Amino acid sequence: MSDQNEKPLLSVRGLTLDIPLASGMLHAVRGIDFDLHRGETLCIVGESGSGKSLTSLAVMGLLDKNIRRSAARMDFDGTELTTASRRQMRALRGDRIAMIFQEPMTSLNPAYTIGDQLIEALQLHRSVSRDTARKRAVELLEKVGITAAASRLSQYPHQLSGGLRQRVVIAMALMCEPELIIADEPTTALDVTIQAQILRLLVDLTKEMNVAMILITHDLGVVARVADKVGVMYAGELVETGPASDVFGTPMHPYTRGLLRCIPQPGKTERGAPLGTIPGIVPSLVGDVQGCAFRTRCPHAVDACRAAIPERGAPPHEFLCVHPDGARAAEGVPA
Amino acid sequence: MTAPVLELKNVAKTYRVKQGLFGKPKPLTAVNDVSLTLGRGEVLGLVGESGCGKSTLAKILLGLEAPTSGQVLVDGEEIAGQDRLALARRIQPIFQDPYSSLNPRKTIADIVSLPLRVHGIGDSASRAKSVRETLDLVGLPARVLNTYPSQMSGGQRQRVAIARALIMRPEIVICDEPTSALDVSVQSQILNLLNELREEFGLTYLFISHDLAVVEHLATRVAVMYLGRIVEEAPVAALFDAPRHPYARALLNSVLTPDPAQGVPDTQLGAAYPNPIAPPPGCHFHPRCPFAQDHCKAAAPRSVPVGQGHVKCHLHDPDTPMYRPDFTV
Repeated sequence: MSDQNEKPLLSVRGLTLDIPLASGMLHAVRGIDFDLHRGETLCIVGESGSGKSLTSLAVMGLLDKNIRRSAARMDFDGTELTTASRRQMRALRGDRIAMIFQEPMTSLNPAYTIGDQLIEALQLHRSVSRDTARKRAVELLEKVGITAAASRLSQYPHQLSGGLRQRVVIAMALMCEPELIIADEPTTALDVTIQAQILRLLVDLTKEMNVAMILITHDLGVVARVADKVGVMYAGELVETGPASDVFGTPMHPYTRGLLRCIPQPGKTERGAPLGTIPGIVPSLVGDVQGCAFRTRCPHAVDACRAAIPERGAPPHEFLCVHPDGARAAEGVPA
Repeated sequence: MTAPVLELKNVAKTYRVKQGLFGKPKPLTAVNDVSLTLGRGEVLGLVGESGCGKSTLAKILLGLEAPTSGQVLVDGEEIAGQDRLALARRIQPIFQDPYSSLNPRKTIADIVSLPLRVHGIGDSASRAKSVRETLDLVGLPARVLNTYPSQMSGGQRQRVAIARALIMRPEIVICDEPTSALDVSVQSQILNLLNELREEFGLTYLFISHDLAVVEHLATRVAVMYLGRIVEEAPVAALFDAPRHPYARALLNSVLTPDPAQGVPDTQLGAAYPNPIAPPPGCHFHPRCPFAQDHCKAAAPRSVPVGQGHVKCHLHDPDTPMYRPDFTV
């Protein structure tokens, strides 16, 4: 992990995303803060609708027009992203900020060869010759573990397997030597063995090239193995953030503990025994949302949970719960 | 083991696949010489990469595809030539995506009662009663009867799919990735429900999943499939504690338990999944196997009984020069 005293590469404060609907305003993301240093990986984990993908799109400036974004600060290495023009954002995307999406087939153009797409990624942002760009493309395809790289340049995406396609997408993301990679569920569409290979590649490359990464996922196993820092997202808020070892070792928010009890953990969970569950459903985020959004599903909710929830804990491990000790005691978890 | 409720004997399925517009069709063996036995109340977890033939096997069991060769027996009777409807009474599916497996234009009552109507069971009053009872079993309130799938969450839809499968009181349920489209908190509810229903009705499951942690949790036996063949089959504890086939080990190594002290594992597998139209000679797995020797390229491994299971690997075959009886990976 990088030096925490160093100025963060990306610093987000009070990011809020509102979507106007016929039934009222949907508060999809409600004032989240996070910092990311060079070479660091932040995993944002949450269930569908928690706002994790919207958060990544907001950083990249790729939100739908109808979504209202406001933030006190979104500082990317001195550039304020909240006030950046569309032209400035376009210059950043694919250059200093790269993206990797879930389904590699949809992020590659089926009508162009792998080579054309890799070369274009570099030539769009750098004035280099096609020959230089081609050399860099071959070099990167080799780096992401693709054999016979030079001959792959003339192939089309449909000629490659899913795992190879995702490697091509990673190579493309690296063409301009980005400082930040945003990966939204990059391995969800892949087989387990391929998933492990791709994650290992991402971890090795980001460490080697000192690239910061935001990885969005719903898979707690991926988070534990990849993250330096973890952000657990629920109903538009980061309810718990901290180093991976702290969040998994001593989870402070009842939602984080609930999630961990829901998944079978080989060696820990008894085979065939009932798994833990989180009763109830995610609350509607339309209209005024007050107090802890998890209180309707939390077995230890008290009156204080209806009021605004202050940040608890101390950096780097923080969480939004008013009575973490009471909740832990009620669950029988040693403090 | 109790009397087998489901038996597969040397089942194979070959498709003819055209390569290019004018290419000659070539055979693609999606399921190759699969033999399995499943006792009543057992849960057989079937794992393997995409394209290994898991879903083709499920289709054969549901009677949606006829095997090219081999036999499928339910309660000792061969299903080939049997009436599709009669088979559907005994074997029912639950599919992966509850968004596409329910007709959006039908109410929940229509969807769940359809099997009864198709089979002409009961009158409308007894069918309505049966639907209410089944919805209650899967934890859905009676007020959902007249709602449509679009008004329900993913977890509720999957409960509807389970209700539809169970209303005929089948013996065998084929669960094809039943929770992979669901959020973790919903997944655990559905897995608990499947387990409770199995105990209550003595159901037998074929549980297809790519999530090995889920398979380990739910299954009693596990079969590992690679390029159309079952390469290892064993009771769940034996397979997860001491996998014998190198591919089974690689799969288990890829499981990401939520333990931040460990990094991303090295699967020691090459990236290239072989082309099923031109499978590698000898053992299909040898190009990716870290233990492969010349013998693996020459001869296909036969099925060798080991412990309470079977494995197809020369390392476990006493008749090969590579035999290492103590080999567990």
